Amino acid sequence: MSKGNTPSTQTRRPDRAALVIAVFLAGLAGLIFWDTSRLAKITSYSGIGPATIPFVIASVLLLLAAWTVFEALRGDFPTRERQEFGPVIWIVGGLAVQMLTLKPLGFSIATGLLFAATAAGFGKRKLWFTIPIGIVLCLGVWLVFAGLLQLSLPAGPLEHLFW
Amino acid sequence: MTTFDFLLQGMLVAAQPMNLFYALIGVTLGTAVGVLPGIGPALTVALLLPVTYRLDPGGSLIMFAGIYYGGMYGGSTTSILLNTPGESASIVTALEGNKMARKGRGGPALATAAIGSFVAGLIATLGLAFIAPFVVKLALVFGPREYFALMVLAFVTVSSAFGDSTLRGLTSLFIGFALAIIGIDQLTGQARMSFGIPDLLDGIEVTTLAVAMFAIGESLYIAAQGDQGPDKIEAVKGSVWMTGQDWARSWKAWLRGTAIGFPIGAMPAGGAEIGTFLSYATEKRLSKHPEEFGHGAIEGVAGPEAANNASAAGTLVPLLTLGLPTTATAAIMLAGFQQYGLQPGPLLFATNPQLVWGLIASLLIANFMLLVLNLPLVGLWVKLLTIPKPWLYAGILLFATLGTIGANPSVFELGMLLAFGVLGYGMRIFGYPIAPVVVGLILGPLAEQQLRRALAISQGDVTVLFTSPVAAVLLAVAAAALIVPLILRARGRGQVLSQLAANED
Repeated sequence: MSKGNTPSTQTRRPDRAALVIAVFLAGLAGLIFWDTSRLAKITSYSGIGPATIPFVIASVLLLLAAWTVFEALRGDFPTRERQEFGPVIWIVGGLAVQMLTLKPLGFSIATGLLFAATAAGFGKRKLWFTIPIGIVLCLGVWLVFAGLLQLSLPAGPLEHLFW
Repeated sequence: MTTFDFLLQGMLVAAQPMNLFYALIGVTLGTAVGVLPGIGPALTVALLLPVTYRLDPGGSLIMFAGIYYGGMYGGSTTSILLNTPGESASIVTALEGNKMARKGRGGPALATAAIGSFVAGLIATLGLAFIAPFVVKLALVFGPREYFALMVLAFVTVSSAFGDSTLRGLTSLFIGFALAIIGIDQLTGQARMSFGIPDLLDGIEVTTLAVAMFAIGESLYIAAQGDQGPDKIEAVKGSVWMTGQDWARSWKAWLRGTAIGFPIGAMPAGGAEIGTFLSYATEKRLSKHPEEFGHGAIEGVAGPEAANNASAAGTLVPLLTLGLPTTATAAIMLAGFQQYGLQPGPLLFATNPQLVWGLIASLLIANFMLLVLNLPLVGLWVKLLTIPKPWLYAGILLFATLGTIGANPSVFELGMLLAFGVLGYGMRIFGYPIAPVVVGLILGPLAEQQLRRALAISQGDVTVLFTSPVAAVLLAVAAAALIVPLILRARGRGQVLSQLAANED
């Protein structure tokens, strides 16, 4: 979203990323309007019902979107630091993998994979080394938290060996 | 019964062996996690909330109190030894403390921070105990409209009065409000913004949001900066003990810092970190060695650290007596109360005095424990700073997801964690503050309830909101807090405000 187009104060070009934010805010407002319009008929005798406050919030979001457009056109948004997207993809991927493997493979393996992916995002790319470490560490965490503190962490094949 | 009797009773609760044990675990975990670079008190509390899930409310809140104070102590160690600005409450400590550490005076800097935190924590916790009953009495005459006005004031000060942009502060706050709509409307039972998804009917968990935005958002942001080489950690050289001169220069700063920090934290408005800046400015003006400021003046560590801890205790005044969280940390603590069906506020003092006073008393005990834990064991905590980044952040994400899974082991919840994490990352890139989202999520529904109650009482007459003197004054102050910074910024005088920005808590 922010690659390259850092606006400087001299050029004052429209800030495209900021315009995207404005669209996001307006979209959020639209979503609220659309969802709560069906509740608008329900009002209590005070004149305000379940839809009133969401309407106010959505209206303010629209105003904020307009204000964002205004600042984007004036180039008032702060300059951004350059972002490297490789590490971000590693970590987001790790979280997604954990989400999908949590139920079938259990806490330790799923979270061990997340652990290794995060370490990879920060430069430790030796997965054959980090994945086993992650899994062993998470198994230890599982034993403490699920065993001693009775949190309901999903168990998989690995956990069933111990419990 | 007087406050003193209540406090004594609280002491009896807190001094039970099991509760002492919980407090000890709390302060140890809090310090250990708080020391880790990049983790502020808000995230410390959010990460450790799941540890307390299976305990009884009393024990859990006592452990929680320990975690809160421990996180504050741990944060100062990080900022002295590892110059990490970005965590607003500790910026000032880093300013002078890191300079002292570079000159080989890291020991005394840590000592004055720890003892200063202790002195401030002690005085401010006693202050909390003695002020709380009065605020409770005051709060009992508050009706819905006064509460609503108070919350509006808190919204403005948390989001837009400080920081570098009214627009971005308000946008964050309203994103929080938008998320707060999700779920079942408490007054009519209608489902709002849940699109037929059962997982959304309960609304969005504050802890999920906080952990996602602080832990995952921050990790993504740090990772995206690329490899910038290892951070420079200042070794603690020489003695940890302070010399006679250090003591002489510190003790007044501690007391002044406490006197500045506590009232600011106790006010039912956001911006609790201003105290640290005011304390720094005061010490600089009063110091006999003004030339040392900027090069490692011990007063510049002692005062702001005391102010920091005093205002941390101060924020518990509006939280416990009014149910009003004014920082992200307090918002997460409120979520901690709510998981036991407890709503902090004047009623809690009447219905559950044992719990409230036990909590306050255990804050005092936690403070003593922390002094013991921090002065001799500081070398151990410093070792935690040397954990390499890959392992550190891998561990942070492990525990971040652990908390969410422990609360609700569903794929949907983890998906929300990921989505809010990416949102938090995006907000960081563009300089949107995070705390208003968290405060908006938890306080938004409460404000809506009070507003609708007020209007139900008046049968829809909106003017009733302004006709109560208390509410009118509060709303006027809120309007001023919104408009004055706008004018200041338009005139190019906004730098002062952005220095007071609330980044972390």
